[in-house]
Amino acid sequence: MSDTHAQTVPFVRDTMVEEQEPPLSQSGAYKWTRENLFSTPLNIILTVVSLFVIWLVLSHTLPWAVLGIWDADSLAQCREIRDEIYGPDASVACWAVIAERWNQLLFGFYPPELYWRPVLAFVLFLAAIAPVLFASVPRKALWFSAAAPFVLYWLLWGGSLWGPIAVGAGFALGAVVMRFATPALGALAGVLLAILVPLLYWFTLCAPLAGALNAVIPLELVDVRSNDMGGFMLAMIIGISGIALSLPLGIVLALGRQSDLFIINKCSVIFIEVIRGVPLIVWLFTASLLLNYFLPPGTNFDLMLRVIIMVTLFSSAYIAEVVRGGLAALPKGQYEAADALGLDYWKSMRLIILPQALKISIPGIVNTFIGLFKDTTLVVFIGLLDPIGLSNAIRASTDWNGIYWELFVFIGLCFFIFCFSMGRYSLFLEKKLRREHR
Amino acid sequence: MTTMTDPPGQGFRLSQLIYDTRYRSLTIQVVAMIVLMLLFSWLVSNTIHNLETLGKDFDFGFLTQPSGYDINQRLIEYDSQSTHGRAAVVGILNTLLVALLGCALATVLGVIAGVLRLSNNWLVSRLMAVYVEGFRNVPLLLWIVLIFALMTEGTPAPSAFRGDTPSSSMLFDAVAITNRGVYIPAVHFASPFFANGALNWLLVLVVLGVSIFAIQRLRHWATEKQEATGDRPTTWYLILGLLILPTGLLMLLMGAFLDLPSLQGFNFGGGIHLRNSLIALWLALSLYTGAFIAEIVRGGILAVSKGQTEAAYALGIRPGTTMNLVILPQALRVIIPPLISQYLNLTKNSSLAIAVGYMDVRSTLGGITINQTGRELEGMLLLGLFYLVLSLLISGVMNVYNASVKLKER
Repeated sequence: MSDTHAQTVPFVRDTMVEEQEPPLSQSGAYKWTRENLFSTPLNIILTVVSLFVIWLVLSHTLPWAVLGIWDADSLAQCREIRDEIYGPDASVACWAVIAERWNQLLFGFYPPELYWRPVLAFVLFLAAIAPVLFASVPRKALWFSAAAPFVLYWLLWGGSLWGPIAVGAGFALGAVVMRFATPALGALAGVLLAILVPLLYWFTLCAPLAGALNAVIPLELVDVRSNDMGGFMLAMIIGISGIALSLPLGIVLALGRQSDLFIINKCSVIFIEVIRGVPLIVWLFTASLLLNYFLPPGTNFDLMLRVIIMVTLFSSAYIAEVVRGGLAALPKGQYEAADALGLDYWKSMRLIILPQALKISIPGIVNTFIGLFKDTTLVVFIGLLDPIGLSNAIRASTDWNGIYWELFVFIGLCFFIFCFSMGRYSLFLEKKLRREHR
Repeated sequence: MTTMTDPPGQGFRLSQLIYDTRYRSLTIQVVAMIVLMLLFSWLVSNTIHNLETLGKDFDFGFLTQPSGYDINQRLIEYDSQSTHGRAAVVGILNTLLVALLGCALATVLGVIAGVLRLSNNWLVSRLMAVYVEGFRNVPLLLWIVLIFALMTEGTPAPSAFRGDTPSSSMLFDAVAITNRGVYIPAVHFASPFFANGALNWLLVLVVLGVSIFAIQRLRHWATEKQEATGDRPTTWYLILGLLILPTGLLMLLMGAFLDLPSLQGFNFGGGIHLRNSLIALWLALSLYTGAFIAEIVRGGILAVSKGQTEAAYALGIRPGTTMNLVILPQALRVIIPPLISQYLNLTKNSSLAIAVGYMDVRSTLGGITINQTGRELEGMLLLGLFYLVLSLLISGVMNVYNASVKLKER
């Protein structure tokens, strides 16, 4: 049949037809628009409504923001300039308040000649956090991360460098004791010694040692009191200390809540439920009003430190619940496998259970951190100057009386950038740690 | 020869308390208990000592003393001669009011935003993403003060409604949005059954409740009939009638009429006056929590696998019924627990009322009362207890609900 076929077909094309553009309705912007915006009558309505909403919002805010006045000394001057250029009916932003007061919003009342210190501290913080966040940074850099809290404290508050070094030495001492006492005396005694020896050191030797070292080689910066710190610097200090301290505490509480030991279990449950049941603002008031009742007479410590402690306890209870969810989500086989391998409790937790449970709870943990960072604004109610408190202070001055939106936009944007990047990092980490369905 | 199966009989050695796993947990617990007791007694003795030094005692008697301050937003009778205890109750009711309003609006906003974010309309889903991310990543306190500033600075004064050509006008001649608050129509009764206004409303609510119960029975009856015969009787007009008629009839009997707000002197009179503080707090809480609820709803709908929808269509079930009987029951199981925890967060966040001067329980009991009586310890304790009991109640309800809807595994 094949030869007849050759005769029945009068024409066989021996060259390829040139590729054609797809029809207009099946390609490019037209297709995308039709599929994504106008596919059904309902979609058309939704699109039109959305366009209207976007136009409504942008037509009010965009000219206001773009035409804003950057160069003025006061709101009254801003209005004069506006009247000159755009006429009295125009609504334009007065960004001059940000241009003039940005340093207050960022640093509070920190002495301006010392601004290099918080800036340097922030850069060092970024350098210290990098090896914790990204596995591609060399592991050796973690030593710097461990030392960073003491250096940062010194940079921000000033005073003698030997103080933080002497305190940090206590931790090193504990690690050394742990390293050498455990093989000699057994695990339990080693841990107890590693807790007791640094405590003894801090209460007795630490302060004289720091004083003596400072007398020999004085390494001092000008003191800055906590009261002078404010704005985003304050939010960052409280937020980051809270985040760093609440994660380990939260994990311990979660383990306590999952524990078989009756008393430990009940104590953890009560702690978590009581902390979670009461709003943070009530706890902050407790810290500022009531803490003096519970401590020995004459004790009086920094309000900022009290706030950091309260915020830490508060978010650790939330983290405990998140981690508990992760622990409960692990299949029971993992626990049994760890037991079958003969690992003791702490080893099985450290090597098998927690790495998996924490991986599951990453989104929840990061959400708690974001919440904690946002909640640092509540300290305004107990007299600390967070960004919102400072915006009230700025508005109280005669120059800027009556200015709202510019300050709110600036503060909101700063918080948004910080929180949004935390959320994105959590997504990145989830993707990186995902083992299944790759 | 006897084989010895028992270990050699040994007395109890002290080291077993640490090294023997049978006793070690007991040792740890006893030590933890002792440490905790010591810490607790230290705190208590400090407190007693400090109270003595300050010359204060621990006494809740202040709750029965006259408060001497006024509360502008109240749901029950209260004046400055009322007791601190009553002020606390006013505050509690205000907290519950804003929490209830907030939960309702947040749910509506959240469900709409969550569903729309899944829409295949690119513009709408992006818009909803902007809403969700914008509200989730900016502190609630900022939203509260921002909306409050918007309400007080961005709205016209009552005088703008005056004159022959007023620069502002009321919505539908019924709602006035001014910088002193929002005025909405109120419903009054011309011939009420009870002298006390609250009792009349209670009666209306009871009748409405009975009607809803009757509707439930009717639906149940219709379902049974459908299962028996295969035909579902048409019930929508009965349901509509049951919903409207009894309540409407009662309101007519009591002579219900609308009291519209109107300009009287320098301000609006008549109607219900919603203060800016309440509106700002309510809107901010709802918008903020709504963003979180949107994410929960989205997650819940995505959690129901597509095979469920396809299976239902393959069985010939209509799209609406599929949603009601197949998708929603499964999605709700995922949505409800975090949703209730958001309600809890909203209730606790309502303590931010302090930023706008709304008189919630923290401002009355935990604010002015403490300042006037100097009873920080007692006041904060009561305040904490209120929030704690509320949280435990809500989470208790949640646990019961969870147990009832969770997958029954056999």
